[in-house]
Amino acid sequence: MTAPAANGGPLLDVRDLVKHYRSGGLFQRSTPPVRAVDGISLDVAQGETLALVGESGCGKSSAGRSILRLQEPTSGSVMFEGRDVLALGREELRALRRKMQIIFQDPYSSLNPRLTVGDAVAEGIQIHKLADRAGTARRVAALLEEVGLDASYAGRYPHEFSGGQRQRIGIARALAVEPSFIVCDEPVSALDVSVQAQVLNLLRELQQRRGLSYLFIAHDLAVVRQLAHRIAVMYLGRIVETGATEELLANPRHPYTQALLSAVPEPDPTRQRERIVLSGDLPSPSAPPPGCHFHTRCFHQLRDGRCSTETPLLRPVGATRAACHYAEHSSVAQVTAPAIPNQ
Amino acid sequence: MSPLLEVRDLRVTFPDRATGGVHPVDGVSFELARGETLALVGESGCGKSLSALALLRLVPPPGRIASGSAVVLDGTDVLALDDKSLRKVRGRRIAMIFQDPMTSLNPVFTVGDQITEVVHAHFKVPKQEARDRALKLLNEVGIPDAASRLDAYPHQLSGGMRQRVMIAIALAGEPELLIADEPTTALDVTVQAQILELLDQLRATHGMSMLLITHDLGIVAGRADRVAVMYAGQIVEQASTAALFAKPSHPYTQGLFASVPRLTGPVGHLMPIPGTVPPPSAWPSGCRFRTRCPIVHARSAEMPPMLQVGPEHSMRCWLAEDQQ
Ligand SMILES: Nc1ncnc2c1ncn2[C@@H]1O[C@H](COP(=O)(O)OP(=O)(O)OP(=O)(O)O)[C@@H](O)[C@H]1O
Ligand code: SF4
Ligand SMILES: [Mg+2]
Repeated sequence: MTAPAANGGPLLDVRDLVKHYRSGGLFQRSTPPVRAVDGISLDVAQGETLALVGESGCGKSSAGRSILRLQEPTSGSVMFEGRDVLALGREELRALRRKMQIIFQDPYSSLNPRLTVGDAVAEGIQIHKLADRAGTARRVAALLEEVGLDASYAGRYPHEFSGGQRQRIGIARALAVEPSFIVCDEPVSALDVSVQAQVLNLLRELQQRRGLSYLFIAHDLAVVRQLAHRIAVMYLGRIVETGATEELLANPRHPYTQALLSAVPEPDPTRQRERIVLSGDLPSPSAPPPGCHFHTRCFHQLRDGRCSTETPLLRPVGATRAACHYAEHSSVAQVTAPAIPNQ
Repeated sequence: MSPLLEVRDLRVTFPDRATGGVHPVDGVSFELARGETLALVGESGCGKSLSALALLRLVPPPGRIASGSAVVLDGTDVLALDDKSLRKVRGRRIAMIFQDPMTSLNPVFTVGDQITEVVHAHFKVPKQEARDRALKLLNEVGIPDAASRLDAYPHQLSGGMRQRVMIAIALAGEPELLIADEPTTALDVTVQAQILELLDQLRATHGMSMLLITHDLGIVAGRADRVAVMYAGQIVEQASTAALFAKPSHPYTQGLFASVPRLTGPVGHLMPIPGTVPPPSAWPSGCRFRTRCPIVHARSAEMPPMLQVGPEHSMRCWLAEDQQ
């Protein structure tokens, strides 16, 4: 995919974002907080898709929600269209929500079962007073058709629709206020493969037609590749590698990215990749390992004492930026020692 | 050699007020050889899970297995067994693991108790021997520090560990056939890779057959010997894994392949199947896929039988006749 033309600075610029969740109540003061997002920086240009990829619990959704201030981040800065999102008051924030929207994995739980589809889609238009009554109805009909639904569905209720259709309703609802930026939080993960392809195609068309920017949160690199211009891989609250999609997939430098990539099932028996099977479980995000968070599961041949004491910083290595002390020596061919080859 | 399992014309009926009755599983036939892995692939609602449950006569009421169905395990008709004999098949000769280990593990019993319970149900062994077997199984499924995990409760384990425990419980009866229903769907990709690798190893070392139910063609490619693709309660294509991937022939299978996002090849060329799977009460007469098929053969109003498209490769589509 060719990179979109960026005019001026990025649309969204996030620096050192931290989100910690305090666990427990009065008597559990001593329990360490869950370090869901542990200092991440990223930016998204106009018309661009940045994918945030990682396994469950790595902090992807917390990052997305913190950027929109659906929950308050612990620290860091979020600049959107040059404005400091974290400094905005309630009214200003409400106005900004017109520009920044979100769609979820399970559109059913985010759609009010007592509102008709038309009312759900119209809600944003009414809140932001974007049209009068007749104008609202016209816009709702146009939006439903834009996402591939029949305009006559406006009078029906969410439970009457399949997962894929509900996801389309969720997208129409987000589009209703004409945002420039949408956080897509696992929008296709709950869908069957044929419907997933429909929704991915729809998201791409909408981006091209409307010049939208996406922060696309997902766990499947093969899905991400269909939409993303750039990818940021997260592990235990930190971005461990980031780069242009094809470069990162072709020559990942961080051992975790390599493992994640090798775990994607390849639907072709004649081109099975080398399988890297990680040992052990994801450590708890309230007690991440010191130094490199990944060192307890890392299979890099050069892994040593430095890895468990010194935090590796994200830095340019080859075509991507990777947070590994030994990223220079981790092209895929060099780190295959414990990998399990195909028979 | 005769197959380990032979399923013929399996049909599951649910009462339905509007139509009198629906058949979410409607005439499923397949065979499974010893040591073989057969993948049952399809999207949600196509009847994969219900077919698997029917093999063990676990169809939830008011559903029932229709007469005329046959499930033959090593010469024994499972559908004709009395309750006592059936109990000797469940867990002992055929074991099953599910997508969500939390719902099938008992939260108030320790991991060790749940494994030894299965051992005692099927083998006359003293208590200590059962516990030794449980420990051996936990080690075998790759639980670190297994001795201390014997006394752990399911909620104290991660999702991946729970699925390993489920597998240990399934192995405790030393089954000949393991049915794995979406065993990794609820897991992260790197954990999924661990579990699939484990299942593969165990199948080989225990000489088991495996029925692997999945919606993910990628999982099938690396693991299964043969594949059966289901759509709307029926098997629509069946072949060796190599043949199916080399030449997917049913328009539904082709649609599935065109929908799968891949790590290689061009981007932006996903060609989804239009629409969604209709519910069983709305399945069309004739070919079930004709309402979504991009081709729609002239004879689509008639139900096609399974027709040969190659050696050990058949499909339920009239196009097979034209190709011959
Ligand atoms: N207890 C039940 N009562 C009524 N209908 C049922 C019941 N269980 C299953 N069905 C119907 O049978 C069909 C097939 O169900 P089944 O769960 O076997 O499909 P599946 O392909 O395994 O789906 P998934 O991948 O979503 O689990 C569905 O249309 C479902 O509505
Ligand atoms: S810094 Fe060390 S532990 Fe971390 S990924 Fe690199 S080699 Fe592995
Ligand atoms: Mg199922």
